[in-house]
Parts: sequence; C-alpha cells; structure tokens
Amino acid sequence: MHGNGHKEDIRIGFYVCHCGHNIAGSLDVKSVAEYVKTLPGVAVSRDYKYMCSDPGQELVQKDIRQNKLNRIVVASCSPLLHEHTFRIAVEKGGLNPFYFQMVNIRENVSWVHTDKKAATEKAKDLARAAVQRVFSHKPLEPKHVKINPDVLVVGGGISGIHAALTLANAGKKVYLVEKSPTIGGHMAMFDKTFPTLDCAACILTPKMSQVKNHSNITLWSYSEVTKVDGYVGNYKITVKRKPRYINEELCVGCMDCIEKCVYKEGKTPDEFNAGLSKRKPIYIPFPQATPQVVLIDREACIEFKSGHCKKTCVEACDRNAIDFKQQEETKEIEAGTIILATGFKTFDADKVPYYGYGKYQNVYTSLEVERLVNASGPTSGEVILRNGKTPKMIGIIHCVGSRDKRTNRWCSRTCCMYSLKLAHLLKEHTDAEVYNFYIDMRTPGKAYEEFYDKLLEENVHFIRGRVAEVTDCAVRPEEEGKLIIRAEDTMIGIVRRVPVDMVVLAVGMEPKEDAQDVRRMFNISCSTEGFFLERHPKLAPVDTFTDGIYIAGACQGPKDIPDSVAQAGAAAAQALSLIDRGEIELEPNTAFVVQEECSGCRTCLTICPYNAISRDEEKQKAFINEALCKGCGTCVAACPSGAIKQNLFEDEMIYSEINGLLKLTSTECC
Amino acid sequence: MVSTNEQSTSKNSWEPRIVAFFCNWCTYTAADLAGVSRLRYSPNARIIRVMCSGRIDPQFVLDAFSKGADGVLIGGCHPGDCHYIEGNYKALRRVQLLKRMLKDMGIEEKRFRLEWISASEGERVKTVINEMTEQVRELGPLGMPERFADWDKELDILEKEINRKGETVDA
Repeated sequence: MHGNGHKEDIRIGFYVCHCGHNIAGSLDVKSVAEYVKTLPGVAVSRDYKYMCSDPGQELVQKDIRQNKLNRIVVASCSPLLHEHTFRIAVEKGGLNPFYFQMVNIRENVSWVHTDKKAATEKAKDLARAAVQRVFSHKPLEPKHVKINPDVLVVGGGISGIHAALTLANAGKKVYLVEKSPTIGGHMAMFDKTFPTLDCAACILTPKMSQVKNHSNITLWSYSEVTKVDGYVGNYKITVKRKPRYINEELCVGCMDCIEKCVYKEGKTPDEFNAGLSKRKPIYIPFPQATPQVVLIDREACIEFKSGHCKKTCVEACDRNAIDFKQQEETKEIEAGTIILATGFKTFDADKVPYYGYGKYQNVYTSLEVERLVNASGPTSGEVILRNGKTPKMIGIIHCVGSRDKRTNRWCSRTCCMYSLKLAHLLKEHTDAEVYNFYIDMRTPGKAYEEFYDKLLEENVHFIRGRVAEVTDCAVRPEEEGKLIIRAEDTMIGIVRRVPVDMVVLAVGMEPKEDAQDVRRMFNISCSTEGFFLERHPKLAPVDTFTDGIYIAGACQGPKDIPDSVAQAGAAAAQALSLIDRGEIELEPNTAFVVQEECSGCRTCLTICPYNAISRDEEKQKAFINEALCKGCGTCVAACPSGAIKQNLFEDEMIYSEINGLLKLTSTECC
Repeated sequence: MVSTNEQSTSKNSWEPRIVAFFCNWCTYTAADLAGVSRLRYSPNARIIRVMCSGRIDPQFVLDAFSKGADGVLIGGCHPGDCHYIEGNYKALRRVQLLKRMLKDMGIEEKRFRLEWISASEGERVKTVINEMTEQVRELGPLGMPERFADWDKELDILEKEINRKGETVDA
C-alpha cells in the first residue's frame, strides 16, 4: 500500500474531453465538469479540447504534481481506444498507472444520443460511477510475458506467402500451414493480373519456391490447425497433417506415377481447373505446385476402394515414395505470434438461378474463365466453350452475389477490375464482341481508372443496369440458339435483350466456409458478414482483439492482390515488433485468493477454464497460478465465501460503480 | 445506505434506469461499434464494463435493483464465442437461477435480460436497449429503495407494537 489507501487522503483529478465537437457538440461538458467538482474526493475538475493530445496529457501530469492528485479519471472516448494512452500519462506524472479510470462518453453517449440534456445527465452518472470507483483502486504492476520468436502463418495464398517470407527474411522461424496440397491459393489459378496484365504465375511461382527453399520456413501443406492453446507469446498449436500416401521426403515430383496410373484418363473434377477438366486419383494440383509432391485421392483410387489395383504407380516410382499405409500425423508446435491469412471463397453462382449457372452449359463463373484463358488451363488457353465452339458474343455480368440484399450486401471490390481484365483477355483470345453489364464501375486504385479507359478504347461495350435474367427463350430470329441477357439499360431507359454465346458471372468474394470454426479456434471475432474482425478499422487493420494474432488478406474482407500483399507485410511487421521487443505487458487483471477467507470448498477449481486454480491440500485452501490466469473473473463470481478477488475488477469497485450510476453517494450496501 | 436519491419518481419526469453489464470482448465492443456507426438509441442504459459475463455475480444484479435500477441488462458473447472459452455459459447458468429468484421476489421478468451480442452487432445493442427501455417504461418504476423504506417503517411499527404488548403483559 502506498499510504494513500485511506479515503481521507484521496485527491481525484477529473478531466472531461471535448474531442473537438465529437463530445462537446452533443452534451454540456462544462456542466459535467462543474458537477463532478462537487463530488467527494474531487480536487480538480476540468474540461479540455483534446485530452489525448500532448497538452492534454501534460495538463494531467502538471495537476498530479501541483495539486498532489492521487487518482485520475478521464471522461472521453472508449477505454478500448485510449485507456493505455492515459495510463502512460498518469505514470509519467508520477502515479501508479492503475490509479486511473476512463469514462466512455463518446461511443457510449455523445455519438449515440441526440437529446443533449439526457446525454449530459448520462455523462454525469458515468463520471460519478468512475469517481467513486477510483477510491478502491490499488497500485498494480503489469504482468510481463516473454515472446517466443517463432511465428505460425495459417494459409498459403499470396498473403500467407508474403507474410511468411517477410518474417523468414528477418531471421524468424516460420511455420506455414496450408490446407490444400499446394500453396499459391487463388492467385495461382489466375491468368493475368490487373492492371499491369503480368502473368500471375510468373510473379507468384518464384515466391512459392522461395518459401519451399527458405531455411527459416517449415512448410506443411495438406495440413490443418486443429487446436490452439496458450496466450500471446506462448501459443501451443496442434496441426493435423493429412496423409498424401506419398512420402514427401522421397518424392521428387517426376510424375511418372501419374502417367502410369491404371486410369488412362482422369475421372475426378480437377479442383485447380475449377472443375473444367478431369484429373486422375494420383495427381499433382498443377505443374508448379509447391511442394512438388504428388498425392493420392483416397476417394477415387481403386486400391483404396477395392484393394485390387495393379498398383502400376508403385512400379513406376523409382524412389519407392508411394505408401498406401501412410497415416495422419499430429504435430505440436509452439509459436509466439500467429498470422491468419486463410483467404476467401467465391460466391456460389447456384444461389442466383436466374443467371442460369448450371442450367445453361455456356454460363461460366469468372474463376472458370481464368482457367479457360490460361495457357496451362484445360484448353491450353484457347477459349472453347462447353459446346465446342468459340464465342462471338460474350456478356460479362458484374456484381453477381454482391451489392444485393438477397445475397451479399457488400461490394467485393475486385470484380469490376477483374471483369475488365477478363473482357480484355477474352477479346484478345477470341476477337468477340464483349458486353459488360455493370451497376457502377468501381476502379479506385493506382492505374485502375486508366485501365478502364483503355478498355473503352478497345471497343468493349458497357451497359449500365442490373441484369434481370439469362434465358435461352428466343423471341427474335437472331436470338435462336443463343443465351439472352435481359437487362435494363439505365442510360437510355430501355430494357435490352442481348443475345450472346457465352455468359461470364463476375462472382463476388465471401468468407470461407469454415471461417466461423477458424475464428473460434483462434479466439478472434468476425464482422457481420463473416470476415475476420480487425481491432480497429483504420488504426489497427491487421490486429485482432486477441493479442499476438494478426490477420491479412481476403479473410479480413474482399481485397485485391496489391492490398493483400500490403496487409501481409503489415501483419508481419506487427508480429516482428512484438517479437523484437522480446516481451509484452499484460493487463494485471488476474484473480487472487484471500487465504484467510477461503474455506477450501473447491468450487473455483472446476470453474476455471484454464486450470489455473489448485488446492493446497495441507492448508486446505485454493491457490491461483497468476501465470495461467487470464483474468475472466468467473471464479470471483462463483466463490461462495467471497474469498477471490480480481485485480482491476474487485467487487468493491463494481458496487461503487453501481452506486454511482444510480446517483447514490455512499459505497455501502442497503 | 441511501443518502441522496436525486431522481424524482413522479410519473411525469420518470425515466427508466437500466444498469447494463457488458463483457469487454463482445458486447462492450459492439456498443463501441454502435457509437462509431452513429446509431441512435435511448439514453436510459448505463454500461459497466467487465472482462467477461462470467464475472457478473448475481449479487451485482440484486444490488442494482435494490439501489433503484428499474432494469438490469447483461451482455455477453454468443455461445461458443467466449473470449475465455466458456464464461458466458457460466453467466447463463447463474442467470437461469437468478431469474427464478427474481420472480419469487416479485420483480417482473422483463426487468432482467441476458443478451448475446457479438462485437459486430452494434445494431443489436441499439435494438436491445431501445426495446428494454420501452418494456421497462411500460412496467413503471420498480422503486426498490422506496419499498425498502416502507418495509422498514412497517417493521418499526410492528416492533413497537410487539414491545408495547410485551410491556403490558409484563405489567
């Protein structure tokens, strides 16, 4: 105790922030300050334009020294934003940083209420609660936790690759875990990238092989994280390595086994070619797959189905790499920080039946077209439709599954630009007439608008209006045998029927199917639409609410390659700053047992989710391991003797808040 | 000890007073989001931040009612989403028992509410607070402090009567 624990000694400094007009515009800050001045224990009560500014913080520090303040209350924005800032200011003023309490009168008051009088009244109540609360505050020391310098990156798309390489180049050991058999993600499937039209594979595959060859990166493809324990700096992760039935150490990727497979032709839809071609049961996703290791699809392989295969693949392999008995492996790793770059999935076009996907064979999704125009794709880059013809008229429908209350409300950000790119590529490959049906053209980005201008010059047609349907029901002779796109042309105010040979659906971006499971496992949040939630939309875009876990790429929201790479770099930098600091300060909000009051009943033992509580059998008392306690306070609420206390959230503090909110001045119970 | 209960409970000026306990990770963050999104809702709820809904001792709720709250709202993470694995389930268990107890005490069901509100559901904070304010407004003031005062008076009178009877018997 610092000798200022007695009520008589308490000298509180109270500061209400205007936050420009953000607070002062919606409530009477002067009257709040005047009111608080009348409360017991308050020595100084002021209002100031920007409390978080340097002069604002210096004001507090000066008052601490001159007016011998020993408690500080600041009424401003959310503690989630600036509690840390003010704690530091208080500490610089010479006080223990935990002699501080923050009152949220911006997010909780001025931004949400219009009635100025009621808002002022609420602000006074909240201020009084905090003023009464700080009486029972105690000096605390933050907990220090060491940071394990190893990093786990989940997801091997362009974001995960970039983050992993950045960290590995900085000398950190990285585990890169990828669910599918190869890294590369969606980008590996793309043909060209906008607006520069450089080939996706040409810029991506060198990075993929760098990952494979980097001495600091452990790459586990065809693997999934199944369990995450621990806390910032000390995560314990369980990874399931699915069996490829190929010994990864022995396989050199010669693909002789694939050629010799008893299946002469592939029978299984090829995932990498978006189902446009077929692959064999033993396969490699694509020629530059990383790692260069084949795998066997258990569901399709005759040996697994019947056990009576000639196993020509085994004969073909010089290195005896094929192992039908391979089992799933479980690996345990430790890492101090985690970067999630789990990516997105494209909108399922089956959900908009009026565009005829799956019904008409020549309706394609944009991802299918990426493969169709790709030189290593199913048609070697020739645009040949499912009916064997080359299209002469092509319609690209924008915003499929995006900007629509019936499907997804958000703009997927990339579709306008990739539609322009596909329009360019399709025209280049087929010389067809290309029609773009768009709602708004969205081309913000460096050299993006210029790309749009270029397309306009290439005589690509643009019709502004949402497409109503795609049909094969011809009403005019020229529509016979074609697909007809019906859309309103809002520029000239008529409904148009455009007969085409090929329809391209510019499908939007969605959270991955398992995004909810992943976020639960890593203990982070999702925003309404299901993308991972950042700590702050502007100022902490790659942090999450869980310390030491960062997000990058399209798992956080729709974004293109440049933005994904930028975010991946940012996430890596955030992880690095934590690693190089070596340790992190944690909130000292742990619980402790007041030994004299513990009856040894064991109630708390079963309730702690972290097994942080043990019982000293000799003394018959409970004991909390501070290193394991994460400060939820569940045991405090459960203890029948009231023997457990939580730092920063002691019963007394909460009761005095209740009293304050309800305009009672004393802290005693009724 | 009730010393200065400033707010008058006369019908015209009476406004429901709701004490809300929000967990730091989900519902408090959602309330921040409601603010950032400039959603407008009624100013009747006063929020107390706790780290987890599992920290909320039923005694806090009883205390708030006894001190003059007309409603108490608890906000936590959705089942399965708790930052501390399962604190919200523990809150739920306590709330179930507490609800039965409050009913026996004559406190209307609608005065006490538990809501799962995730960090992204700013809109839900607005809806819940608005809804609850209106429901409590319809019920009227709970007035526990006044009731306690009345009961104290009744007890005093009873005590005095008993004492007087005792005296006469003794005499």
